[in-house]
Amino acid sequence: MPAPESLFDKLWNSHVVQAQSESTPAIIYIDLHLVHEVTSPQGFDLLREKGIGVRRPDRTLATLDHSTPTLPADGHGNRPYYTEQAKRQVQTLRDNCREFGIELHDWDSPYRGIVHVMGPEMGATQPGMTIVCGDSHTSTHGAFGALAFGIGTTEVGHVLARQCLLQSKPKSMRINVEGRLPEGVTAKDLALNIIRYLGMNGGTGFVIEYAGEAVRSLDMEGRMTLCNLTIEAGARAGMIAPDETTINYLRGRERAPHGEAFDRAAEQWLQLASDLGADFDSEITLEASAMRPSITYGTDPGMSVDIGEAVPRADSLSHQKALKYMGFQGGQQVNDRKVDVVFVGSCTNGRLTDLRAAADVLRGRNIAGHVRMLVVPGSESVRRQAESEGLHETFTAAGAEWRLPGCSMCLAMNGDLVAAGETAVSTSNRNFEGRQGSGSRTMLASPETAAASAVLGRVASVSDLEPMEAG
Amino acid sequence: MKAITKLTGPILVLEQENIDTDQIIPARFLTATDFDGIGDHLFADWRFDSKGEPKPGHVLNEARAVESPILVAGHNFGCGSSREHAPHALLGFGFRVVISSQIADIFRSNSQNVGLLPVVLEADQHATLMQMDGEEITVDLEACKVIVSTADGAEHRWPFSIDPFARHCLMRGLDRLEFLNQAEDAITAYEESR
Repeated sequence: MPAPESLFDKLWNSHVVQAQSESTPAIIYIDLHLVHEVTSPQGFDLLREKGIGVRRPDRTLATLDHSTPTLPADGHGNRPYYTEQAKRQVQTLRDNCREFGIELHDWDSPYRGIVHVMGPEMGATQPGMTIVCGDSHTSTHGAFGALAFGIGTTEVGHVLARQCLLQSKPKSMRINVEGRLPEGVTAKDLALNIIRYLGMNGGTGFVIEYAGEAVRSLDMEGRMTLCNLTIEAGARAGMIAPDETTINYLRGRERAPHGEAFDRAAEQWLQLASDLGADFDSEITLEASAMRPSITYGTDPGMSVDIGEAVPRADSLSHQKALKYMGFQGGQQVNDRKVDVVFVGSCTNGRLTDLRAAADVLRGRNIAGHVRMLVVPGSESVRRQAESEGLHETFTAAGAEWRLPGCSMCLAMNGDLVAAGETAVSTSNRNFEGRQGSGSRTMLASPETAAASAVLGRVASVSDLEPMEAG
Repeated sequence: MKAITKLTGPILVLEQENIDTDQIIPARFLTATDFDGIGDHLFADWRFDSKGEPKPGHVLNEARAVESPILVAGHNFGCGSSREHAPHALLGFGFRVVISSQIADIFRSNSQNVGLLPVVLEADQHATLMQMDGEEITVDLEACKVIVSTADGAEHRWPFSIDPFARHCLMRGLDRLEFLNQAEDAITAYEESR
């Protein structure tokens, strides 16, 4: 009998081109390389410098997302780029993709979107793959039972050139989440609870597999939210074994296999699950039923509380600094916090189910007069579907702005900014100092919580809202 | 990439824990298509006010900051975004080594790829260094040792571990791509075997 293997072992072992030795790391083959405008230009420069081409343009897929404006073009087709440099960066990716024969989803593509929303939607992301991108939230794709992680620009150049990466095998951790999440508690809340438990660096050096009933019960969008946030606990990759939910999501998607080939692939995908008795360097079990809608109050994603709780009193210098930056006093109720900006979007929570959840809260309600709310779909596909369901009208009727797809206010490099001192409840992934603009204060939460907070103009969960009258 | 073997110089201490790459280089400086001049924006929101004027009194604005080749930072340095701009900004500013008691995974590999040496020390050694702002130490990559003379006159030689291949490349200023290039036959064989 072969030794039992984990999902991660199977993914790793099947992609070793050259084994790790005492003096050299393993060479790992990369099945899918996702590319965007910000972290790729110097990677392409490396190719030109060395006089080599892209080894596998067919395994490379590019999009525009980080630097792109979310307001529409003017009558002459000019897009309102934040800076000339941002516009040049987009043009540079366009030029590079043309020169090296890479498929780019530009403004005219019906698929263009945030790289981690677009890949899965197209069916390009598949179980059993190794997937990399010059972006730390590449962990998102692990939701499909893929080994997916963020890389730096030098490594982008390596993958473009050789379709491989030099890697030492990380340690493995399994997080079992037993029981069911209570009604109203989302994948985002689950992720925030896990990061609160591990701390923002508790996953450093590990790849995490999520398992257990609460994880199995999530839809693919929820699984993507959970895996997306793995890097916020310091682990480069998070993953979930493929099952019927995974297969049903992928069936019929453009890049996925079709017909009999799909059935054959699906059969193989189901074999990827960790074997009984597989070994992990660390294993943790958490109980889902105790989890509640949560929100961050500090400047790292590990600093969160249940909505309705008080902000903890500072127990260290860095905690004290975080509270000061956020304008919180230890012991203060998190619900008392006035909210200036609400952002629904990002690779964490910019998918159709996220927008539906926010729209369900806002339908028939108005956002508070002092709140500015941006709803930014994760991709053109999400935008089209949302508009066909009339979600955009729900948002605008409530007083929110409906924008074009992109990373937008998550990292605020496209001009969608939160002003200094303002508090934003955001469905994104990082609450670091200045993340949404210099001096901005970010509180991370689910789309439901973001929408409820927009309505009341202060931090609130859906259960804090007055029930809507029937009829 | 510039080789690094052994380096002696004063350390600059940033006490804060969990310094993320958004602090090291804020996202608004990521629209450039090269890394030239990126060191000017290192820790921009810490060093400059809203008008772009240097904040007086910030340690990174002191004259000695650019003369310090070794940064000693609080626990869990470099977490967050995978932006390689972060180690490039540190290099551009003048740092060659960053020491902490924990360094985030992606930042660590990015640093090794661009010639910034990441060193992780034991908590008590790190705590000692955190109290030695401005003092001279030696980082010896060949011996994998940090050499520190403390106020009591003792000389400490603290070992640190580093991936042997990363060490090999850092000491010679080698791009790892060369190693991948040499594996071309193995890559082709792998592709054909699937």
